[in-house]
Amino acid sequence: MEKVIAARNLTKEYDGLLAVDHVSFEVNRGEVFGFLGPNGAGKTSTIRMLVGLTEPSEGSALVAGYDIRKEIVEVKRRVGVVTETSNLYDELTAGENLLFASQLYNVPRNERPTRIKELLERFHLTDRRDTKFGKLSRGLKRRVVIAAALVHRPEIIFMDEPTTGLDVVSARSLRKYIEELQKEGTTVFLTTHYIEEADQLADRIALIVKGNIVTVDTPERIKDKVKGTPIVEAILSREPNKLMIKNLGELGSVDLDERRISITTGNVMVALESLIHLAKQEGLEVQHIQTQRPSLEDAFVELTGISAESMMSEKSRGRR
Amino acid sequence: MLMDELRGIYYILMKDLKAYYFKPPNISWGILFPLVLALAFSLRNPEGLIELAPGLVAMAAVFGTTSMEAIVITFERRTGALERLLLAPLSTHSILFAKVLGGAMFGGMISMAMTALAVIFFKMRVTNPLLFSITLCLTLLTLSALGALVAVSVKEVFEAQTLSNYFRFPMIFLSGVFIPVQSIPLPLRFVSYLLPLTYSVDALKGVTLHQTSIGWLMLDTAVLTLFFFGFMYASNAMLKRSLK
Ligand SMILES: Nc1ncnc2c1ncn2[C@@H]1O[C@H](COP(=O)(O)OP(=O)(O)O)[C@@H](O)[C@H]1O
Ligand SMILES: [Mg+2]
Repeated sequence: MEKVIAARNLTKEYDGLLAVDHVSFEVNRGEVFGFLGPNGAGKTSTIRMLVGLTEPSEGSALVAGYDIRKEIVEVKRRVGVVTETSNLYDELTAGENLLFASQLYNVPRNERPTRIKELLERFHLTDRRDTKFGKLSRGLKRRVVIAAALVHRPEIIFMDEPTTGLDVVSARSLRKYIEELQKEGTTVFLTTHYIEEADQLADRIALIVKGNIVTVDTPERIKDKVKGTPIVEAILSREPNKLMIKNLGELGSVDLDERRISITTGNVMVALESLIHLAKQEGLEVQHIQTQRPSLEDAFVELTGISAESMMSEKSRGRR
Repeated sequence: MLMDELRGIYYILMKDLKAYYFKPPNISWGILFPLVLALAFSLRNPEGLIELAPGLVAMAAVFGTTSMEAIVITFERRTGALERLLLAPLSTHSILFAKVLGGAMFGGMISMAMTALAVIFFKMRVTNPLLFSITLCLTLLTLSALGALVAVSVKEVFEAQTLSNYFRFPMIFLSGVFIPVQSIPLPLRFVSYLLPLTYSVDALKGVTLHQTSIGWLMLDTAVLTLFFFGFMYASNAMLKRSLK
């Protein structure tokens, strides 16, 4: 697969503080790459190095085929950046901001009007075209910022916590736009501290903690790495007898709470089949049965040793 | 490559003029400031006004360039808008030069207004319009570059104002605006020669009041040019340092 970002030992030090500590990773063309970590993990510092807003203290990276240390202007031509804060010009309208972005990125003059029109339509901003940026709501501002980052059709778009500070509805609509971007083949480098968001959007996730990457993999495989094995849970018509519990106990550890039985097991299929078979033998009715996998949150906690509460959850939105 | 940079400079300049400088309150300030300045001096000191005229033009340039520009740069830094420019495929030199041009144009508008007032009411005579324009342009660019240096060296808008005053007031008193440099006591006069405005005032007087020889004027413009490049270089270095 073609790599559009390849970071090697990328390091950022601020007066003795190692914000990013020799990280190496690769991003494939067309994927959504999620950079997931708590506040202060080094996500923003990493993006800032990759897009030329700050110089690495050590290491380097190839972005869109160019070395960030030697050919940063070439990198800048090929990437779009959505920074943490919505930093367009309050004094200019949404349309004027997009026009200025297209001028800065040297979009051919005759293509500017159509591109701006397309972007306004696509982000449902057409009726806000002549509204001053400063007068827009947070959610709309984010959309204009993303539109501005796309005006030169970048190969890669970097988004630094795009949904942070947004209400649940705006965040959800923004995620739809991100999913659409990926469908069109744009590579998306996305940082977030919302575990659910990374799980939903990212093809691959890098877990970053204290400037170090703990693991890089697909959300599914990260979940698989967790030792906590799946759980088979059933509600029976009566409390099962001792013998049945003993038999099930050979498949994994069994928990019983009156009619609710749960088996933590390494082999879901065998557990399901045995449970149904034994229940039938004993003349018990299976009223409900389900299996659970460890969530990305469980995986995150196990891999990083950080409690999920210290990451912000979807529920705490808006309290920031 | 060069074309891309020039285009970028042009668009940033146009955006700044539109978003900040050419707003009605700024325009009216730009007209009122020289008017009040001219009026105040003509009431106080009706004699020898013509002697003061070139200095007043220089003073209008000082306040016109540094006042707004420092605010624009520090403000954009705080809001993160400056980062947008730094993300664009342009060199930091071009970004700074665009900012400097914005300040210089705004200062230019104010100094032109002052010049018009001085010609109409103080009977100032511009003996060499070409050299006058060159000197004024160089002065505006140099002072604007100094304003940029101040702005990139600080974080807050008010700090930029305070720091600019450290340069502005000594320039008003030591650069020959009111008091001829020759009559400034010797140790202080050395400071005068370290201030770019001294060379501006000298040259402006040379193309209005006196018939200074071309040689002297060339020296003044050369010194101003050196100051300009020095300030540009220093502000670029400061900006780069803040990206470290
Ligand atoms: N300009 C800076 N100067 C000093 N320390 C910084 C600077 N930027 C970030 N840091 C520190 O570096 C660490 C990583 O920050 P950051 O990259 O912003 O993390 P994240 O985006 O994951 O929240 C934090 O401890 C932060 O305080
Ligand atoms: Mg951050």
